[in-house]
Amino acid sequence: MIIISKDDFYKIVDRALSELPNEACGLIAGRIEENNKIIEKVYLLNNIDKSNEHFSLDPKEQLAAVRDMREQGLSPLGNWHSHPSSPSRPSEEDKRLAYDKTASYLILSLMDKDKPVLNSFHIDGDKAELEELVIKE
Amino acid sequence: MKITVAGETKDFNEGLTIAELIKQENVENPDYITVSVNDEFADNENFSSIELHDGDVVEFLYFMGGGSYDIL
Repeated sequence: MIIISKDDFYKIVDRALSELPNEACGLIAGRIEENNKIIEKVYLLNNIDKSNEHFSLDPKEQLAAVRDMREQGLSPLGNWHSHPSSPSRPSEEDKRLAYDKTASYLILSLMDKDKPVLNSFHIDGDKAELEELVIKE
Repeated sequence: MKITVAGETKDFNEGLTIAELIKQENVENPDYITVSVNDEFADNENFSSIELHDGDVVEFLYFMGGGSYDIL
């Protein structure tokens, strides 16, 4: 299970909406307790592809985020990105570029902008498995 | 010489290249990493020729990306 606060959920939603029509992206960090991942910080990074159908994290921002996690004693948990007009599930490209099978890959669908859908996945090769995601008050 | 790798300072032999460091650190999927040395990103094609020096700070970053263009 992965747990995200309502505030962090809306932080992702707001960022993704503000980046439309392009995909938005970032990192998630926190702690792991009894096999549950608890997100404590969401990082909003720039999509250097500036595309509505592809994203790449900015390596400089990624480096700064990794150092921030280290300083704050947070564990890297995975990343997040938005699908502006497609469902909340990994594309073939998402699977190809998912190198860490222990990471959580959060995908926010904005197909219905009034009802954004966030799901989390574990990806191992061409297999993507839905991870239970809880949005906590 | 001492090099800080991913926040941890360790001893290495003189003349160590980035490519050798990647092997020694057992970095998984090395084809997909970006390496920064003292906050400067190294050219992947030169990993075998770039020598590290005492006091260098090295970070390994995995490329992270994806795309929705080929969603099934």
